[in-house]
Amino acid sequence: MELTLSILLIFMIIGAIYALFAKDLLSALISCGIVGYGLVICFMLLKAPDLAIVQIVVESISLILMVAVVHNSTRQDLKEKIVIYERGLSFINVKFLFNVMSFLILALFFLFFFRQAIACLEPFGKHTTRMATAYIENAAQNTGSVNLVTGVVFDFRGYDTLGEATILVTAVIGVLTILRLKGRK
Amino acid sequence: MIVFILCFILFLVGLFGVLTSRNIIKIVIGLSFMEFSVFLFLALIGYVDNGQIPIVSGEATSRVYVDPLPQAMVLTAIVIGLATNAMLLAVAIRIYKKFRTFDIRKITSLKG
Amino acid sequence: MSIIVKKVCQLISGIIFLYGIYIILHGHLTPGGGFAGGIFLSGAFILLVLANGSHVMNLRHEEEKASVIEGLAILIFVLLTAAGFFIGARVFFGNFLPKGHLGELISAGVIPLYNIMVGIEVGASLLTIFLALVIYKEEISP
Repeated sequence: MELTLSILLIFMIIGAIYALFAKDLLSALISCGIVGYGLVICFMLLKAPDLAIVQIVVESISLILMVAVVHNSTRQDLKEKIVIYERGLSFINVKFLFNVMSFLILALFFLFFFRQAIACLEPFGKHTTRMATAYIENAAQNTGSVNLVTGVVFDFRGYDTLGEATILVTAVIGVLTILRLKGRK
Repeated sequence: MIVFILCFILFLVGLFGVLTSRNIIKIVIGLSFMEFSVFLFLALIGYVDNGQIPIVSGEATSRVYVDPLPQAMVLTAIVIGLATNAMLLAVAIRIYKKFRTFDIRKITSLKG
Repeated sequence: MSIIVKKVCQLISGIIFLYGIYIILHGHLTPGGGFAGGIFLSGAFILLVLANGSHVMNLRHEEEKASVIEGLAILIFVLLTAAGFFIGARVFFGNFLPKGHLGELISAGVIPLYNIMVGIEVGASLLTIFLALVIYKEEISP
C-alpha cells in the first residue's frame, strides 16, 4: 500500500514540476489535470470513495473554467530570460534570484514545522484521532444514516457545512461583482 | 513515513510555483498544487491498516473502519478550493481585459 | 460543433442530470452526498452550453434564473436549521424528524432534506459562475 502510494506520488510530482515549466499554457493545464486525477486514485486507495467522487467532478469543472479563461486570451507563456548578459547581471536575473532565495527561506521554515508535526504521528496506517471510536460507534445510531461521513458532515459537524455553503454564495457574489460590465445607458 | 515526505515535496513544488512565476495562470496552478497536498495529507492521517469503507452495512459492527473525521474535513475543503479558484480566475480575466497580458510585472499602474 | 456532437450531448445531458439526482437522494446510503450530486447537476447544463455555443440562447436570462434558485436554496437550508430551534430537541441544527430504520431511503431524519438543498445550491452556484465567465468572454473578444 505504501509502495503504490509512493509511486503515484512520484508521478504526480513529475507532472507538477512539468506544469510549472511548460511553454504552452494549455500543456500546463493538462499537467495540472494529471495531479488532480492522480489524487482521485490516491483517495480510492485510501478507502475514501466520497472524496474520490467529489474530487473528480471538482477537478473537471476547475479545468473547464481554466481553459475557458485561457482559450481566447493567449496560449503562449511569457518568454523567460534568465541568462546573464555580457555587461554584468541583467535586471531580470536579480529579481529571479531574490524570488528563489525567499522560496528557500520559506521552505526551511515549513520544514521545521513539518518535522515537529511528523514527530507526534504514529507510523502510516496506525494513527487514530481521539474522537474516532466515539464517532464510529455512535454515528449510525444517533444520526440514523448508514453513511458515516454524511452523518458526520451534516449532523456532528453541521456548522462547517453551513459555513461552506456561505462561502459558495459569497464567491458567486464576488464573481458577479468583478465581472460586471458597465451599463450602456 | 516516506509518503508524508513526498506529500511535503508536492507542497514545496506548489510553493515554488506561487513565489517565482510571472504568469498569473501559473500562480493559480501552484496554489492548486498546495491545496492538493494538504488534502492528501489529511486523508493519509485517517487511514487505518485493513480498514473498511466507512459505510455500515447492516451486519454486526465488529469491523475496523477507516476514520471518518478527516474525510469530512477534506470534503468541505475541496469545495472551498473550487470557490477560491473561481474567484482568482475572475480576477485574472479582468486583468487581461485591461492590460492585454498575463505578466505580473507589467501590471503596475494603479490608475484606472 | 457538428450536428452529431450536438445531438449526442443533448441525449447524454439528460442522463447526467438523472444521475446527479440519484447521487443526491441516496446521500445517506451510498458514497456521494449533496456536494458531488450538485456538481453533477451543473455539469449537465454546462455540457449543453459548451456543445451548442454561447450565441444560441439568451444567457443573461439563464444566469439570472440560476442566481435566484441558488439564493432560494440556501434560504430554505437556513430555515431548516432554524426550525430545529423550535421543534424537537430545541437546539440549533437539531435533527427533529423521526429517524426510521437504518438503511431505508426515507430515514435519518432531516439529513436527506439537507442533502437536496445543498445539492441545488451548489449546482446553481457553479452554473452562475460559468455563465458569468462565458458572457464576459464574449464581450472582450467578439
